[in-house]
Amino acid sequence: MKHRHLVLFITAALTLPVLLSSPGCKPQNPTSAVEGDAASKVYVAPGKHDEFYNIVSGGFNGQVSVYGIPSGRLFRIIPVFSLNPESGWGFSEETKPMLNTSHGFVPWDDTHHIALSTTNGEHDGRWAFVNGNNTPRIARISLATFRTEEIIEIPNSSGNHSSPFLTENSEYAVAGTRFSYPLDDKESNPDVPISTYKQNFKGTVSFVGIDKETGHMNVAFQVLLPGVNFDLARCGRGPSHDWFFFSCYNTELASTLLEVNASQKDKDFVMAVNWKKCEEYVKAGKGKKSKVRYAHNVFDEKTHTGTSTIKDEVVVLDPNELKDIVYFVPCPKSPHGCDVDPSGEFICASGKLAAVIPVFSFSKMQKAIADKNFEGEFEGIPVLKYDAVLHGEVKKPGLGPLHTEFDGKGFAYTSFFVSSEIVKWDIEKLEVVDRVPTYYSIGHLSVPGGPTRKPHGKYVIAYNKITKDRYLPTGPELTQSAQLYDISGDKMKLLLDFPTTGEPHYAEAIPASLVAPKSVKIFKIEENNHPYVAKGEKEARVFREGNKVHVLMTSIRSHFTPDNIEGVKMGDEVYFHVTNLEQDWDVPHGFAVKGANNAEILIMPGETCTLKWVPDRTGVFPIYCTDFCSALHQEMQGYVRVSPRGSNVPLTYSTGNKAEPTGEAK
Amino acid sequence: MSGKATLFTAFLLLAFFACTSKKEAEEKAKKSPTASELAIPQPEVHGTEIKSVELTNPLKSEWVSTGKSIYETKCLACHKLTDERVVGPGWAGVTKKRQPVWIMNMITNVDMMLETDAEAQKMLEECLVRMPNQNVSEEDARKILEFMRSNDGEK
Ligand SMILES: [Cu+2]
Repeated sequence: MKHRHLVLFITAALTLPVLLSSPGCKPQNPTSAVEGDAASKVYVAPGKHDEFYNIVSGGFNGQVSVYGIPSGRLFRIIPVFSLNPESGWGFSEETKPMLNTSHGFVPWDDTHHIALSTTNGEHDGRWAFVNGNNTPRIARISLATFRTEEIIEIPNSSGNHSSPFLTENSEYAVAGTRFSYPLDDKESNPDVPISTYKQNFKGTVSFVGIDKETGHMNVAFQVLLPGVNFDLARCGRGPSHDWFFFSCYNTELASTLLEVNASQKDKDFVMAVNWKKCEEYVKAGKGKKSKVRYAHNVFDEKTHTGTSTIKDEVVVLDPNELKDIVYFVPCPKSPHGCDVDPSGEFICASGKLAAVIPVFSFSKMQKAIADKNFEGEFEGIPVLKYDAVLHGEVKKPGLGPLHTEFDGKGFAYTSFFVSSEIVKWDIEKLEVVDRVPTYYSIGHLSVPGGPTRKPHGKYVIAYNKITKDRYLPTGPELTQSAQLYDISGDKMKLLLDFPTTGEPHYAEAIPASLVAPKSVKIFKIEENNHPYVAKGEKEARVFREGNKVHVLMTSIRSHFTPDNIEGVKMGDEVYFHVTNLEQDWDVPHGFAVKGANNAEILIMPGETCTLKWVPDRTGVFPIYCTDFCSALHQEMQGYVRVSPRGSNVPLTYSTGNKAEPTGEAK
Repeated sequence: MSGKATLFTAFLLLAFFACTSKKEAEEKAKKSPTASELAIPQPEVHGTEIKSVELTNPLKSEWVSTGKSIYETKCLACHKLTDERVVGPGWAGVTKKRQPVWIMNMITNVDMMLETDAEAQKMLEECLVRMPNQNVSEEDARKILEFMRSNDGEK
């Protein structure tokens, strides 16, 4: 600990003069950082729309949130790896399979990185992908419905951090393991002493294939690697199209006190993988089949239902046998970001503990590979010579560089966690040209289109770890925050703070014009193939299958059909399959039943959702609509009568029957 | 945070002299478009107003039966075939009371009707539920109309 603090202190001392002598206007204090015209630049008048969608990971809340840029307004929270009682995600019968894994139902995960689908290296507005770190998974979200459509578990992985970055045509999403761990090919986690890390612990990166039409994912192949930790990744583009670059740390292969033990060496690695070559080897049968277990969950938009399938095999490539698929590039010190510029020539790595930003040249890398210009091997994998592949270093840019994005005008923007700032630098000249403070401790940053071939520039958004004094206090826990900066001129200008949910890690921003026109407004009732759909009130009914009672219910402003049900008995499982008959945009209906041990369901126009209810006592239970739908919303209700087990109340149901004044329970 | 504040003050004193003039900054700001200029207005799209409807006898039986099945999926929840009002009015006699154009627009263009048509507004006051836009196409609305005519005894 002491040692490391000393290092930081020295780096700070070296860096300060650079900071102080840099040109530009510095804010006088955090509150005066904004110039006069900022408000008009972020003001989106009532009824007007934002220019960009900002798709933001929710960190430990397991969700993804959607904000408008430049206003910072929150539009939507998309449940992905988390339960959401508001919509019934993970509670309804249709969505429960989506959270299935080889470990069973896992209702939470840790989401870090967003990757939007691209064609020819540019955003195409089709899907957003996001990782689950803890129980390794990748999810695909439709940008037409803003719903999670698919979740695939990653086998042979622990801590899916380096994920889900995409290749240029969304051929693959990658998933690099953060934790190396003992693996074998017998579908088990070998029980070995942790002290045998160097012999037994392995890393993997997985290439998850993405179907061009449907977006459906499959684990195409994995590469078996030394027991390092993988952090982030980026695909090559243009000339480097066939390659993928990963940052890795802990080349010391330590298993304890990593903050010291994984900071021993001067250099860790950027790993370059030739995925095209890998693909060829897989086709040629050079991979080894490994026994695994992982879940693949797909949500069908027509049946409105998710299905979970367990798969048991994966193809693994070994770079110790296939010598030309993986190369290591030495990189100072514990690199986090590993970012490829729009041209595809430069790879910027951010050594969290380094005093420089090294920028590597792809063409030099290719030459070094051709010339076998290696400084040696690491665990059987060639290590290229640092000087042979280096384009140059940005000297003393700041403290704790994390992540770099690009504006398409030759500039790079790097976030600095320790010195809380964004630094703009010239990629060709490797010179710092501007810096602005962030409030506080920035992690990732995002330029609209920043990781694509054609960035839109215009803004950079900072996702900060600490909020401190920026907003009204709310006890020990404060909201997380993002900050919007104008980068259209020479100097960056702070425009806006906006609070975010969860802890935002990475995010992408995409022009609204690529997403909004494709937005789904309703699900067509004619196309609803849910096995328990009622397409119209005529099809509404209740029937019994043993102790299961199925209620095919419809909802429309302002009633359910049926709304009176009798003959349910203790010990029954009641399945309310509610079909929303509306075909109008923004008219969902809700459905809740007293004492249900799960949640409500929120049913979109034309959709069918199922709520399971196991009554725990006899009596009459109200049901009602939870989403204010019309002037008569409050009247949208009904009753379910539950009788003792063995009673002879027949199963009946009705809507609109006038109450009998002398009606008596039997 | 106080350490940070001191650091900032230090920056500012030094950086003050490097500041570009305020005027220059304002000029620059004027050049970049405001958000509202860039925003895309997106009014909701509805069917266009139907101006005329052609009626023929005898009824097209195929349309009557298609109209009936659309009715069962999209309309029956609120409209009975008798004159009983549920959420909306019963359909018995509707083709005698209303012009075909009025019925068609009510089905496909309900927002326009509730804005401009006095009869439609009067019905909203009675029923207190805006008739949902059920996304019925013009052709399908015509088939529903055929089914209504059959319900009213036309042959
Ligand atoms: Cu309702």
